[in-house]
Amino acid sequence: MDFEPTDDQVALQSGLRRFLADRVTPEARRAMVELPGAVDRDLWRELAGMGVFALTLPEATGGAGLGAAEATLVFEELGRAAVPGPLIGTFLAAGLGEGATTSAGAGLAAAAATGDAVVGLVPRTVVGAPALIEHLAALDGLMVVGDEEVELVEPPLASRPVTRPLDPLTPVDVVDDLPGGTALGGLDVVGRLRAGGGLLAAALQIGLADAAMTMATGYALQRTQFGRLIGSFQALKHLLADAQVQVEVARAAVQAAGVEVDDALAGHGDAARLHRALDAARIVASGAADRATRACVQVHGGMGFTWEHDAHLYLKRALVLDAGIGSPDEAVESLAGAL
Amino acid sequence: MRLRETAEEQAFRHELRAWLDETLPTLPPASPFEDWPAKRAYDTGWQRRLFEAGYAGISWPQEYGGRGATPSEELIFLEETERAGAPYVGCNFVSTLHAGPTIAAEGTPEQRARYLPPILRGDEVWCQGFSEPEAGSDLASLRTRAVRDGDHYVVTGQKIWTSHAQVADFCELLVRTDPDAPRHRGITWMIMPMDSAGIEVRPMRTLTGESEFSEMFLDEVRIPVGNVVGAENDGWRVAMVTFGFERGTAFVGELLGSMRLLTDLVEIARKGPAGPRGTAWDDAGIRRELAVVGAELDAQWALTRRNVSRAARHGNAGVGGSVFKLAYHETRQRLGEVALRVLGRARLALDDPTGLSSRHLDHVHQRLYALSLSIAAGTAQVQRNIVGERLLGLPKER
Repeated sequence: MDFEPTDDQVALQSGLRRFLADRVTPEARRAMVELPGAVDRDLWRELAGMGVFALTLPEATGGAGLGAAEATLVFEELGRAAVPGPLIGTFLAAGLGEGATTSAGAGLAAAAATGDAVVGLVPRTVVGAPALIEHLAALDGLMVVGDEEVELVEPPLASRPVTRPLDPLTPVDVVDDLPGGTALGGLDVVGRLRAGGGLLAAALQIGLADAAMTMATGYALQRTQFGRLIGSFQALKHLLADAQVQVEVARAAVQAAGVEVDDALAGHGDAARLHRALDAARIVASGAADRATRACVQVHGGMGFTWEHDAHLYLKRALVLDAGIGSPDEAVESLAGAL
Repeated sequence: MRLRETAEEQAFRHELRAWLDETLPTLPPASPFEDWPAKRAYDTGWQRRLFEAGYAGISWPQEYGGRGATPSEELIFLEETERAGAPYVGCNFVSTLHAGPTIAAEGTPEQRARYLPPILRGDEVWCQGFSEPEAGSDLASLRTRAVRDGDHYVVTGQKIWTSHAQVADFCELLVRTDPDAPRHRGITWMIMPMDSAGIEVRPMRTLTGESEFSEMFLDEVRIPVGNVVGAENDGWRVAMVTFGFERGTAFVGELLGSMRLLTDLVEIARKGPAGPRGTAWDDAGIRRELAVVGAELDAQWALTRRNVSRAARHGNAGVGGSVFKLAYHETRQRLGEVALRVLGRARLALDDPTGLSSRHLDHVHQRLYALSLSIAAGTAQVQRNIVGERLLGLPKER
């Protein structure tokens, strides 16, 4: 056992972190709200060029040949930069090529892997109920996950935009009657998308949480009140320490779940242990993101409650991610069933 | 990031598991509640068995008689012994995990030769004389005085929270040898034989009803100069050396024990108590709280493996131990809270009168015990300062 990241893993993560720090500055990120679906397609292709979407595909088919463990590191960085867009859907669509039984799946996978397709991922809602779709204006394909099958629905769809989405960088459209689509797969694909969706959302939340902590700590080291740095007050120090503890624990859980996925694929797994690791990661990452992003707002005081400050963008993105495929609430029930 | 074990680690696990399967059935019954001499005999008997099988001093260097196991192997050792329901370290805690490693690192060759072998064999029991009534979290303010008198020190003062003092042979003692020096620089680490004249041990009863701790009154106790470990007035550094041994394994038994408590609790919840609204498990609030506690314990197990891996690479787990402890105490206290909700009126007794549980029949006791986890070995408040200052880089308060 050696659960520390390898040198290659550290290099992968730090390289992407540097790229995103330059490319997705706070100003650039806010400007993306003007783009269709708030997706910067140039950035999308640049991410694909760095191997983000094809990360786990075999090298023979243009992928990086890496595993879910590396995916958790990459998605932590995407979360740290709060990159807008359906990152999880596109990443998981790229993975559908392997063993794809439908031509629709193979085509979608190829385009997703190269960053040429932007792919959404939503649960199938009750028939007749309106569906809320993130980033719809940017989507080339939408994977709709039901209980037993996954369908590919191709835009355009009759829809109306939400004028005030929860997260300004996650635009939402309402589709009153989400049509059926082309079959992408059955139960096994449902399972893969649920597991992958939960794990990647958890990894994004770790990045969001860590970024919020960096922002909060930076402010606590610079803001003076009562003649002292506010970070020297135990009331604040303990608030931040508690939040960081949650982040550290959750990061370990998310990465462990990634390793379990890879071990299972390599034939060393245990299905029960894998599912439990995924559920646990989903639950604690959601809690950590909630704790850290709230702490960030709190530490910034009144400024943290403004639209102008970025704190709310991290908080809201974390909340958006809890509504995706493989939600923390599902994970809690799933884990309870396994106890 | 690799969680799978190497072939060597697997071999170690299998060999250990086989030994435990063979050995545990031959152990005597555990000691009765509050019978400290019997507990000493039981715990040191277990230490002796570990010694004979080559598992004593699992993380100690081989040159001092230990096994020199890697942090991963130590983790496996703790995991397997907990899984098998082996005895806890008990009375041997201070000797094997604190005083022994300190003497190995800082003692003279004579001190090592005198004190380390009996610790490994389970022949001698140690206690710790660090805290004082006026020196708790602020340990460096300790006031127990040691005055040089020829080839002895004469020690007078009061210590507190001394576990197993009533059955210990030696005490690792921190005393003030230079009252005029800056407070961290006038402290000395010394070995006090517990049969010295002038020691009075008064057991203290904790809120769980047990008397593991004692107050210790020292009245002109004469301690030979040769019992100083490290240099005179260098005791603070010697005491801190021990904390550098943190390999991320300090709470492994605790954590795995909590997982077992949870499993046990789920079993109780599923079977009853059957109220008008069904079993406790039918209560979604209770069921989901148990699941969240389970998720947190699993996540803390992942963090443990991270800390152990870090220790294997860098020699110690750094601030990871504080991170773990802060996360763990909260989860464990919440486990205790949900346990009482599961038990309902069965909480009124400090054992399990419903007869539903096969192991760990003491959820009420555990609920009370968990309160100590945010106090002992560095309060949660001190740990938060450590995390805030060392991990986040925030300034000290003053």
